[in-house]
Amino acid sequence: MSDLNKKTDLAAARAKLEGTRGRHYWRSLEDLASTPEFQELLEHEFPRQAIGWSDDENPVEGRRNFLKLMGASLALGGLAACTRQPTEHIMPYVRQPEELVPGRPLFYATAMTLNGVAKGVLAESHEGRPTKIEGNPEHPATLGAADNLLQASVLDLYDPDRSTNVLLNGEVRSWSDFYTTLREVLAQQTVKQGAGIHILTETITSPTIADQLQRIQKQYPALKWRQWEPAGPHSARAGAAQAFGQPVNTYYNVIGADVIVSLDADFLAEGPAAFRYAREFAGRRRVRGEQTAMNRLYAVEPMPTPTGTKADHRIPLRAGDIEEFTWALATALGAANGPKSGDNAEIYKRVGAIARDLQAHKGTSLVIAGEYQPPIVHALAHVMNANLGNVGKTVLYSDPIEINSTDQLASLQDLVSDLDAGAVDFLLILGGNPAFNAPVELGMKDRLRKARLRVHLSSLADETSEVCQWTLPETHFLETWGDARAFDGTVTLQQPLIEPLYGGQSVLQVLNMMTDNPLLSPYDLVKGYWATQHTGADFESWWRRSVHDGVIASSALPTKMPAVRGEALGTPAAPRPQGGTVEVIFRPDPAIYDGRFANNAWLQEWPKPITKLSWDNAAFMSPADAQRLNVVPKEQLDYGMTGVPMVQLTYQGRSLRAPVFVQPGHANGSITLHLGYGRTRSGRAGTGQGFNPYGLRTARALWQDLGLEVKKTDGTYYLAVTQNEHVLDTRRHIYRSADVAEYQKNPLAPHEGADVPPRELTLYPEYNYSGYAWGMAIDLTSCTGCGACITACQSENNIAVVGKDQVRRGRNMQWLRVDSYYNGDPGNPSMGNQPVPCQQCENAPCELVCPVQATSHSAEGLNDMVYNRCVGTRYCSNNCPYKVRRFNFYLFSDWDTPSLKLVRNPDVTVRSRGVMEKCTYCVQRINFAKIDSERQDRKVRDGEIQTACQATCPTEAIIFGDINDPNSRVSKMKAEKLNYAMLADLNTRPRTTYLASLRNPNPEMEA
Amino acid sequence: MPEEQVVDTPESQRVIAPGYTFGSVTDQISTVVLTKHTPLFWFATFAAGFVLLQGLLLSALLLFWKGVGVWGIRMPVMWGWAITNFVWWIGIGHAGTLISAILLLLNQSWRNSINRFAEAMTLFAVMCAGMFPLLHMGRPWLFYWMFPYPNPMNVEPNFRSPLVWDVFAVSTYFTVSLLFWFVGLIPDLGTLRDRAQHLITKYIYGMLSMGWRGSIRHWSVYETCSLLLAGVATPLVLSVHTVVSFDFTIAIVPGWHSTFFPPYFVAGAIYSGFAMVLALAIPLRSFYHMEGLITDRHLENSAKLMLATGLIVAYAYIMETFMAWYSGSVYEQQAFWNRMTGPYSAQYWFLITCNVVAPNLLWIRKFRTTPVLLFISSIIVLIGMWLERFMIIVSSLAQDYTQSAWGLFHATRWDFATFFGTIGFFVVMFFLFVRALPMISIFEVRTLLPQAKVREEVRS
Repeated sequence: MSDLNKKTDLAAARAKLEGTRGRHYWRSLEDLASTPEFQELLEHEFPRQAIGWSDDENPVEGRRNFLKLMGASLALGGLAACTRQPTEHIMPYVRQPEELVPGRPLFYATAMTLNGVAKGVLAESHEGRPTKIEGNPEHPATLGAADNLLQASVLDLYDPDRSTNVLLNGEVRSWSDFYTTLREVLAQQTVKQGAGIHILTETITSPTIADQLQRIQKQYPALKWRQWEPAGPHSARAGAAQAFGQPVNTYYNVIGADVIVSLDADFLAEGPAAFRYAREFAGRRRVRGEQTAMNRLYAVEPMPTPTGTKADHRIPLRAGDIEEFTWALATALGAANGPKSGDNAEIYKRVGAIARDLQAHKGTSLVIAGEYQPPIVHALAHVMNANLGNVGKTVLYSDPIEINSTDQLASLQDLVSDLDAGAVDFLLILGGNPAFNAPVELGMKDRLRKARLRVHLSSLADETSEVCQWTLPETHFLETWGDARAFDGTVTLQQPLIEPLYGGQSVLQVLNMMTDNPLLSPYDLVKGYWATQHTGADFESWWRRSVHDGVIASSALPTKMPAVRGEALGTPAAPRPQGGTVEVIFRPDPAIYDGRFANNAWLQEWPKPITKLSWDNAAFMSPADAQRLNVVPKEQLDYGMTGVPMVQLTYQGRSLRAPVFVQPGHANGSITLHLGYGRTRSGRAGTGQGFNPYGLRTARALWQDLGLEVKKTDGTYYLAVTQNEHVLDTRRHIYRSADVAEYQKNPLAPHEGADVPPRELTLYPEYNYSGYAWGMAIDLTSCTGCGACITACQSENNIAVVGKDQVRRGRNMQWLRVDSYYNGDPGNPSMGNQPVPCQQCENAPCELVCPVQATSHSAEGLNDMVYNRCVGTRYCSNNCPYKVRRFNFYLFSDWDTPSLKLVRNPDVTVRSRGVMEKCTYCVQRINFAKIDSERQDRKVRDGEIQTACQATCPTEAIIFGDINDPNSRVSKMKAEKLNYAMLADLNTRPRTTYLASLRNPNPEMEA
Repeated sequence: MPEEQVVDTPESQRVIAPGYTFGSVTDQISTVVLTKHTPLFWFATFAAGFVLLQGLLLSALLLFWKGVGVWGIRMPVMWGWAITNFVWWIGIGHAGTLISAILLLLNQSWRNSINRFAEAMTLFAVMCAGMFPLLHMGRPWLFYWMFPYPNPMNVEPNFRSPLVWDVFAVSTYFTVSLLFWFVGLIPDLGTLRDRAQHLITKYIYGMLSMGWRGSIRHWSVYETCSLLLAGVATPLVLSVHTVVSFDFTIAIVPGWHSTFFPPYFVAGAIYSGFAMVLALAIPLRSFYHMEGLITDRHLENSAKLMLATGLIVAYAYIMETFMAWYSGSVYEQQAFWNRMTGPYSAQYWFLITCNVVAPNLLWIRKFRTTPVLLFISSIIVLIGMWLERFMIIVSSLAQDYTQSAWGLFHATRWDFATFFGTIGFFVVMFFLFVRALPMISIFEVRTLLPQAKVREEVRS
């Protein structure tokens, strides 16, 4: 410390005073106050800390020391915050800490939003730290299920790369500094009525934020609010406007539909109500004994999706041809006046049968237009649904759930013109990453610099943060209060489980800084808003109830029956030429969506549905196209080590190099690119993975367009793929399926040719499982292959992330995998999904060969794995016919990063290097329930134990329970004729069995 | 014993070259050890081996530091080169005991010229082999859990696991081989003690020779002992590789799960063992000018044995493939079909060329008697046998029951470093042996001399 420091130190001054005696006593306060030291002391409220800012001392040294201390204390503050509960009223346990029993997790209802739309979740909290997400059974969108994005969101909370500080040009500032700046700006703007203020947000459905924005706009009437969501339902909005002349929110009642036509809509796996749809859809396909009624799904899509794998008829068409298909179908239904024939035989030979099927099910059919199809497809779907009498039955309309349902592309383009005009004094970007994901020709990264003062609120420093002066750390949804609407308008409350780890603030809070009452806490904001909305008596108990449930009861928007405008459809565009240039298709990535989840390692490593690709995107193309372009990979079994060829993709003068991924079932003549990869500024997991299709994506064609030139280029790319072989060898009877008609004739049809050795064919005496006997049944008809279970398992069981290089080498650690199989013509194979956890064989081959008995059988039939005993000979894995064991080739678990320690499930061992691991049927959950039941002197109830994969499964395809109890759900499922064990001919007697997949094809159509 | 029963069958070809006396045999063999002059080729080969050995040390260090992930093993090929090398080295180790024990019991006196270094080879090969189970463990510091030692947790190894059988089989084999080798060395150590000039060498050999004085009583005990040890070792020749083959047959992996692996593996082991004997004998006898002691007759006999076992191995391949087809099991059928046509087909056909096609040249006498050609054949066989184990282990695991889990193995540089490192270790150990101990059994070769025969006739 410099001398100056000492001079103005309060303690030093005091010491000096104490050191004086006799005549040097000060005689009056004035006498003392006249000393220069004291004068200086008066100027500085906190002399020691504030010293670095004074202009007259060596600015460099002081400031640096100060920053060091500040940084360190912030970091320590962040760490210390981890174990602290928020001081606000978390329902229901804040005032009852005696209920917080160590070792017993608590569950709180909260919400995560994507594209602004809420999905209600229950967050599991262990001693104050959220570790796991489950769906909220009370919530209409989740019904207790969750997907990979929800499951992985808890890792985002503890992401070590999160923004930890308010930064101004890279230097640490405080929130109050930002606040001061903001107020200065607002003061200047008051004169202009806020004309220079532009707020750019993502889609917002929060009623509280709506109220806030209203108040802000009242204060600054000229303030501009822009929205941009790169993968939002832009066409759905436009399509609704085209059909009804007003913005309308569309959702479906899938359970009421007997016949469903999906027009490039992955409604079972993507979108704000996907879990609900998937559950309803699966509920109509559950063939049990004599109950053989099934709904029927026609899917038209370019790139295979989970929905496509479930389709009874899947028609691969280029994304742009679906418009023609829709016209043809609408024409065949008599709902529109389009062409009755055309060049594309694939379309016209099928629409007739589909139309007849739809017409036979008036009021119980459903046409779903994909979010990425052009507005006309949506308009046609609306017209067809109206024509079929489905509106109000299977198709429901309400007012938009968004606060301001607007054309977001236009909104963004308005911002661009304002930027060009120099009219933007203050640009507040709340979430989102426009510098990365705006249409490429807007050159957003450079354009943003035209705003005079740019502020970016984000949880992670990204491409947009790079061009903003102020970057503010955003809270995670588990850290703050908020609200948002679900797909049907149901208000979902978001309550925090933990103090903001890094002092972040939410969109709500930042907007609130612009209001008259800037210091309100988010709790007061949300609660205060709802206090004004609540009409009945006793707000407190209503509020407590709502927070506890996570939803505000009956807050869904009322449905309505908008009339289709007469001139809605116009005339069909000319069908697009066959052949010629290739079509480019942009779709959000199944794992990292539009790029926002790029730094989530669980999602990065998550094998995407069907392709089983992780850590990358690729140019997906059909086998025929790959042949034509001469880019078929050398070794089909090995994309990871022998690699795949690269192609040069040129579109509108911009080009991109990308690895080839040959995807059977992909439409010929088009290439699908998943957005979100190629991040240049993200965290450790996100930066530099894959390639960036935003570099080709223009405002003219957000989703698909002809005109892509594809050229083979030099180079080999190594893709991390977790499944190499997809072609189903039907002789192995691993994945069994049949048509429901065959099943009706012979319920054992799916098992034809499969061989099961008789039980007595063994030299060993039968073991009598007298207590519980745990077993699992997986209904392959229900499984959509969405892969939510994989991430649920990863989160529940502390499964390590290994990184792209290791996945490439076949060392991914996910215990549960979802295999995808193709059967038939590679151009359009039928596809099947099969989740494969440990099969928990009664005659387990792995147990026999372990030299140290590290894996052995429990009396309840579990194939236990004793990590501590394992020496790592890996013999068990070799001898496992299902290959469900995973080995820690290195120290894969992160034992060092402090924040990642918090995400772990305390009930599951974190495995070290050299140890084998595998699915245990969530043995920690089994034991938890057993202990509970023993304390209450009863047996474990059926359904009391839900494995992590089961709990999250949107279609309830996975059922776990006691097979010794003949009335348990799992026993009943296993009693079905469809039930089979994988590789039963080996006589391993797996406890995990499958119900063969059934399809319900239209007899009128050829396969 | 009546005199007429002693039949002196004249041998078609002498086991050792004519003109040797007891003295010259002793001189020639012991000078290699007792001379102060170390030949240049010794230094050259030793240096090459030493460099490779450093590769082993480096790779083992890295392996222990980071984990077995440095190798190319993956899901589903959890065993790769390490176990391939283990089986290969164990197989090579078979020739020594076969020569010492079985041929001794069968009274094949020609073995006397080659048994010493073949036994040494066995020891070093088993040492190389023994490293791999340790190296390939995920947590090698817990290796002792494989042994049934008393402990407060009351846990034992799983005696149903073939890996535990391996532990016993290999350690027994090593112990017996070491004993056999050492017991056989004692008379020669006595000779070296007597001939050593330097006090320290004299002292060391004196310690090692355990007071050998060459008395009749000593010889009588020695003969009994070596016969007994031969009796103990003989079943081991069959059992060790049988147990090693159990590592595969007990498992249910298609391509592994087969009842005839034990004889097939034993034949293969002897096959590669004799190949290694030849690969060592041919350069050694030429460098040390021992053509008189290790004659073409030895080479030819070894070549014949190689041919015979090679044919058994070829038969095994044919039967294995036939049985896969005949079993009617789709998994077995596809496993073999994949071997022949799948991603490992190049290795498979190379293996067939090395192990089945090439050895048939040994039917031709010229190939058996021309050392250079024989040396090349033996190297081909060694490569072929390594590939055989690689094929069995890797190709079976890469494509087994569950198609969705199929995946290919790619060796890393550390796989190479470890494998060639053990070759380096072997070379270093063998050359130290050649320099420090008599590579050919002095006293046993002396019994091959006509002089010995005469005296025997006189005695009887």
